[in-house]
Order: sequence, then structure tokens, then C-alpha cells
Amino acid sequence: MPLPYYVSPEQMMKDKAEYARKGISRGRSLVTLEYGDGILLVAENPSTLLHKISEIYDRIAFAGVGKYNEFENLRIAGIRHADVKGYSYSRGDVTAKALANAYSQALGNIFTQDIKPFEVEVLVAEVGDANGARNEIYHILYDGTIEDERNYAAMGGQSDEIRRFLKDHHKEGMPLDEALQLGVRALTVTQNKTLTEKDLEVAVLDRTKARRKFRRIPLEALGQLLGTARLGRTGP
Amino acid sequence: MTDGERWRSLFNDYSNSSFLEVLRRESPHLIPGHEVPAAAEVREPVHGTTVLSVRYRDGVIMAGDRQATAGYQVASRRIEKIFKSDELSGVGIAGAAGPAMEMAKLFQTELEHYEKVEGENLSLEGKANRLSQMIRMNLPAAMQGLVVVPIFAGFDEKAGLGRLFKYDITGGRYEETNFDAQGSGSKDARDSLKKLWKRDMSRDEALRVSLEALIDAADEDVGTGGPDLVRGIFPSVKTITRSGFGDVPEEEVKGLCEAILGERSRTGNGA
Repeated sequence: MPLPYYVSPEQMMKDKAEYARKGISRGRSLVTLEYGDGILLVAENPSTLLHKISEIYDRIAFAGVGKYNEFENLRIAGIRHADVKGYSYSRGDVTAKALANAYSQALGNIFTQDIKPFEVEVLVAEVGDANGARNEIYHILYDGTIEDERNYAAMGGQSDEIRRFLKDHHKEGMPLDEALQLGVRALTVTQNKTLTEKDLEVAVLDRTKARRKFRRIPLEALGQLLGTARLGRTGP
Repeated sequence: MTDGERWRSLFNDYSNSSFLEVLRRESPHLIPGHEVPAAAEVREPVHGTTVLSVRYRDGVIMAGDRQATAGYQVASRRIEKIFKSDELSGVGIAGAAGPAMEMAKLFQTELEHYEKVEGENLSLEGKANRLSQMIRMNLPAAMQGLVVVPIFAGFDEKAGLGRLFKYDITGGRYEETNFDAQGSGSKDARDSLKKLWKRDMSRDEALRVSLEALIDAADEDVGTGGPDLVRGIFPSVKTITRSGFGDVPEEEVKGLCEAILGERSRTGNGA
């Protein structure tokens, strides 16, 4: 019986991380921004049927980049987690924090125990209610690393450059059209092409809405929002 | 877990989008009717109610009285019996209050769960069927007296019209074309609707017909509460149309109830 080759744990983790990072960087990027009425999620996604952004619960949204089947599995697990919890306790007891922790545990375990790590990054966002509770944005990496982001977050291919761009340009309390336009500019910061509404998937967690805050922005409305933002801008 | 076990359920499982199946797998103790104690003596359940649904031009109206009874006592005067199950449908509950409300909540979660996982709504037919399976699940409890027989109505986007369904305790599902009522006062409400219902009614006409029927039911049935002018409690009335599930404002219901009662006392008609 042949002996298995010895690979040091350090090398193994490094290889896995590199593998996962490579997979993720091939994909398109996604940004999320806090704006006046809530949280905006913008993804470059030419498909209108396969979503990267989705509703989890009343105030909670999910976004994933990387391998579709992998983050789709995570998304459905998240909806199950939230619905069972909300049914057995109360709707108000379902939090992004608990969900982000569950994702972190799951991805961490897969990273260390399975041969192939998940090539995904996911984001869990929760909009605060109208009386001043703050928004929460959690960013979970392929190895279970969890970060608590503020004001903006970026994932996927060119996330470092996008984050740098958003750091310089993000303002608090922007209206939706301005935030959307900033998000789209951020997505194109590393590529010299323009994105139209047909290349985008956009959704918001709108705190002014009644119970379910999640809302997809349909194509026509998206065109209008991008249009007004363009007209409203002054200077070069 | 071997790979075979891990993936076997993937395609054999038709119910990947069902909340009920998740619950059955993960927390079976939370399913209503899961454990029914063997009853040595069946106590009289709470079931004085009238809920009704009426089809009209833009969709359906659902209405219900507000009173819950326990034996010969009023258990609550302000109970809500019409629940929004999703944007385009609602359930009116009749029967044992506890299990019925639990079922309405479970049904709500089931529809929302499906919508989130699949990214689109179940068809109205699918929703009606799902509810019928839940009622069938409750059959052991129903045999002990905890009967739940809701009425389900909604707007069918494909057909472009309102539709309504009634159920029996075995989960049997029967579509009614124009109107139906459920609960202890249902016979009186149905009799009233039978005389008053017309084809192609406007919202205002349908509203009036629904309230007339509820008032008739409250008149004849001890378990059904009428408009309570002293405390200001009026039937709850909802409309379900293409543009969604909406409450009829209490002020409007109050005005209509007062008009109907006023006319009855003036003319002696219906008294």
C-alpha cells in the first residue's frame, strides 16, 4: 500500500486559500452601500434569472459571489435558518448577526475539513429600523473569516480597488439615485467599460417599507434612477 | 455520511422549497397537531365564528366577526379571524382558535418560504392545495374535537379573477364560484348571501352584501359577534385584488354597519 505524501498543514491551508481566492477573483464584483433610507446592493450580473442578491427575512438580505451552486446552497440554508427561528420565537428575534455566525461556522468547517473549499464570499446585511438603530453588514470569506463592515463593502474579483474607491467617495445619508450611481461607478473602476441597467442586479433594504424591507429594483426603474443621477450631476 | 447518502435526497426530494418539510426534518415538535394527547373526555372546543368570502368585480372580499367563545362565555371580543397569507391571498379561520391560528401562521411562513427560495410565488391552486394538506395533517386532532376548517381566497393572477375555496376536516378542498361562509353562523350568512349576491358587483356593493350577511349571522347565531357599537368593535373586512391584500378601513366598516342597522330599525326589514 503506497504511503500518502506528507504535506505540512501550513502548506495545505495556503494551497486551499489560493485555490479559493483564484475562483472568486474570476467572478464579477458586488458592492453594497448604506444610503439615506437603508442599504443598497449592486451586483454586476447580466442574468435576470440567476440571482446573486436575495431576501432572507424581513430586514435581512443575502449576497454572494463566486461559484453559483455553492452560494445558492448557502442562501437556501440561510432562509431555512431564519424561517425556523422566526416561526419558533418571533419575527423580531431573527438577526443578521446569528446568521452571519452560522455562515462563518459552516464555511470555516468546510475550509478545514473538505478537500475542496467553497469558492465564495457572502454578505449578510440587516437594515436598522426607523428609530435610529444602525445597519449591520457582515462579510464572510471562503475560510469562515468574518468582518463587520461599515458604510460600504465590496466582494469578488477586484474588491480591493473597489473598496479604495468607495473609501474616498462614500458619503453618509446619500439619496438612492446618488448611491446607485456611486455603486455602478465603483464596479467599473477597474474596467474601462460602462455598465448599463441590463448588466446590473440591484436591490435595496428600504427601512421605510412595511414588514418586508427587501425590494428588487426592476429594469425600468433602474434606468430612471441612473438617468436622473446622471442629469443631476454637475461638473465634468 | 457517505457521498451516496449526502446527495440522495437532492433530487428525490420534491419539497426542497417547503418550510413544512424543513420543520418536519429539523423540529418536528413545532408542527401543530404533532402530539395529540389521548382524550379521556373531549372538552367543548372554541368554535363560535362566522367568516365569509365573496367574489366581486375586482377580486374577493373576506370578512369575519371578532368574537371568540368558550362554552357559553365570551372568550375575546377583538380576535382577528382573517389573516393575510401573502400579497394575493388570505385565510379566514373557523374552528378551534388555538390550532387554527397556529395553522394560519404556519401557512403564512410556508408561502413566504417558498417565495424566497424559488424566487417566485406559488400559483393560487398550489397554495390552496398546500393548505388542504395542512388540514389533513390535523385530522388526528380534529377527531378529538380540535377541528380547523378555514376558508381560503385569493386573486389568481393567471386567470385574472378572485377565487375562493372551502375545506372539510379531512382536508377536502372545494372551490366555490361566488361566495361561501364557514363557522357556526355560516348557514345564516350563506342564506343571506344567496339572496343578496349579484354578478359583477362593485367594491361598495360587495362590501355591503358581506356586512349584511355577517349581521344576519350574528343575529341568528349565539356564537357570532355582531357590530359592537358600545365598544366600537366592528367586523374585520379585507379585499384581495390584483394590487394586493388590503384592509377596509375601520371607519368605512363602521359607517356601513351603522347604515345597515339604522335601515333595519327604520323599516323593520330583516328584524
